[in-house]
Amino acid sequence: MIKINGQAIAMLWLREMKRTWRAKSRIIGSIMMPLFFLVFLGSGFRRATLPNMPEGVDYISYLIPGSIGMMLLFSSIFGGLQVLWDKEFGFLKEIMVTPVSRLSIVLGRMAGGSTVALAQSLLILFLSALFGFKIQSANGFFTAFLFMILIAFTFIGLGLAFASKMKDMHGFQLVINFVVFPLFFLSGALYPVKGLPSILKPLVYMDPLTYGIDGLRFGLLGVSTYSPVLDFAILTGICVIVVTVGSILFETSDVGQ
Amino acid sequence: MGIIEVQKLVKHFKTITAVDGISFTVETGERFGLLGPNGAGKTTTMRMLTTLLKPTSGSAIVAGYDIKANRDGVRSSIGMVFQEPALDRQLTGRENLDFHGRMYGMKKSLRQERIKEVLDLVELFDRADDLVQTYSGGMQRRLEIARGLMHSPKVLFLDEPTLGLDTQTRRRIWDYIVKLKETRNTTLVLTTHYMDEADHLCDRVGIIDQGKIVALDTPQKLKNLIGADVVTLETNCNECEIFHRLDFVKDMVRHGNKISLMVENGERKIPELMTFSHDNQIEITSVELHKPSLEDVFLQFTGTTIRDREAGESDKKKHFRTRGRR
Repeated sequence: MIKINGQAIAMLWLREMKRTWRAKSRIIGSIMMPLFFLVFLGSGFRRATLPNMPEGVDYISYLIPGSIGMMLLFSSIFGGLQVLWDKEFGFLKEIMVTPVSRLSIVLGRMAGGSTVALAQSLLILFLSALFGFKIQSANGFFTAFLFMILIAFTFIGLGLAFASKMKDMHGFQLVINFVVFPLFFLSGALYPVKGLPSILKPLVYMDPLTYGIDGLRFGLLGVSTYSPVLDFAILTGICVIVVTVGSILFETSDVGQ
Repeated sequence: MGIIEVQKLVKHFKTITAVDGISFTVETGERFGLLGPNGAGKTTTMRMLTTLLKPTSGSAIVAGYDIKANRDGVRSSIGMVFQEPALDRQLTGRENLDFHGRMYGMKKSLRQERIKEVLDLVELFDRADDLVQTYSGGMQRRLEIARGLMHSPKVLFLDEPTLGLDTQTRRRIWDYIVKLKETRNTTLVLTTHYMDEADHLCDRVGIIDQGKIVALDTPQKLKNLIGADVVTLETNCNECEIFHRLDFVKDMVRHGNKISLMVENGERKIPELMTFSHDNQIEITSVELHKPSLEDVFLQFTGTTIRDREAGESDKKKHFRTRGRR
């Protein structure tokens, strides 16, 4: 019997919002990296056309969904890994000793983390629009938003899975270097992955962000490499699996000493 | 039947047996202490009773719920004050308490009322709206005690409540704990490796060493087990055996120019001893009174002092801690 405790989820979400609001500089800082990619890569390669890039799309427009995907990837993994901070500062014990089901704790963490990640990505989209990027249609926007939610949930789940298996913060940099960056570069956020050597292709197809970014491109630019329905189906499947695994690992992890 | 019934609780961490078949009972409203050196198994026992760790074997009932079968039942009946700070430093004191209240499903009006009440108890009302990261160590501990009481638990667990605090702050924390007993009759279970703390705060003390309870009774009775007070006289007497004539002197040991007399209520016997010495022309140059402490009790039951045990076990302790963190 698993109870879902709405009040606790709301409280965990509220805590995340308060903490985020009080660490505004960190949030602004984390928006800067995707923004720099967008501005510098975008303007540097402005006139470049890469092989396999869709017809009639300039590089900077091509890069906008990629930057949003990057923002979501980093922010969501970070949101899942927040559990490590709670472990480090002891607060996880306070949460774990309360009569709130582990599932509610996971859901509260998802709600808080995804809100932050989505807000940051929407901010990037808004800034792009300010500099002349035109969103195709309201439907396109909502499609893109749907994919944003799926990406956020998937990577919070992944972060949570890693955080549950890690004792302390030492593994954090490893996750960033050996998980987050490969996921990012293989996803087609910066360039069409068709040009990658075929030995890397299986990794591209295993990367959930590949489908996320393809779906975002379909929503925001109206072009995609794969069928958007296929993107949606695969990403949803991966999301459900990752979140389930993350929750199970979190539930069974000992809070320990 | 007590509010806590522990039956042969065991916890193994891979090769280490941290808790080795502990059994005890705590009565409702009692202040129960687990006294022992670091690494003796106090914290591990407490973590099992608060459902943070699963026992390897054995069982325990806390507030009517089984710690293995009904973890949520246990969790909703207990409060816990952790050894290391477990506060969200980026929230204010009030927000930490509010968070706690909501996790326990308390209604808003009740939360507000309780927040005021517990903050008053620990005298933190003025600082309630400051971020916890601006609090001193002592204030953080007080806030944690307040938080432990927030949801009016039947049993409050305190793990080393005054570890690392200065003497003044320790005294204040003791005062709050004593006040708790007087005003709410909450059952308290605390661990400590300070003898004076166990003596001052606990109705009953279990002395725990290497995962086992080696003695369990009221502090007074434990001290009585050690026996009488010792009055040591520095003197030049030749025929000191004369002190045996006093019938309250149970025993006498001579070492150099000092004699140690075992007596009951030593402080009341010193004047008599002085008069007796004077009457018998024995010159006394100094007097010393030693009353048995829990330290002596610990020494008696484990053959070592807490300090020695901790020094000797410090390597093992480090090892133990890194394991425990998993």
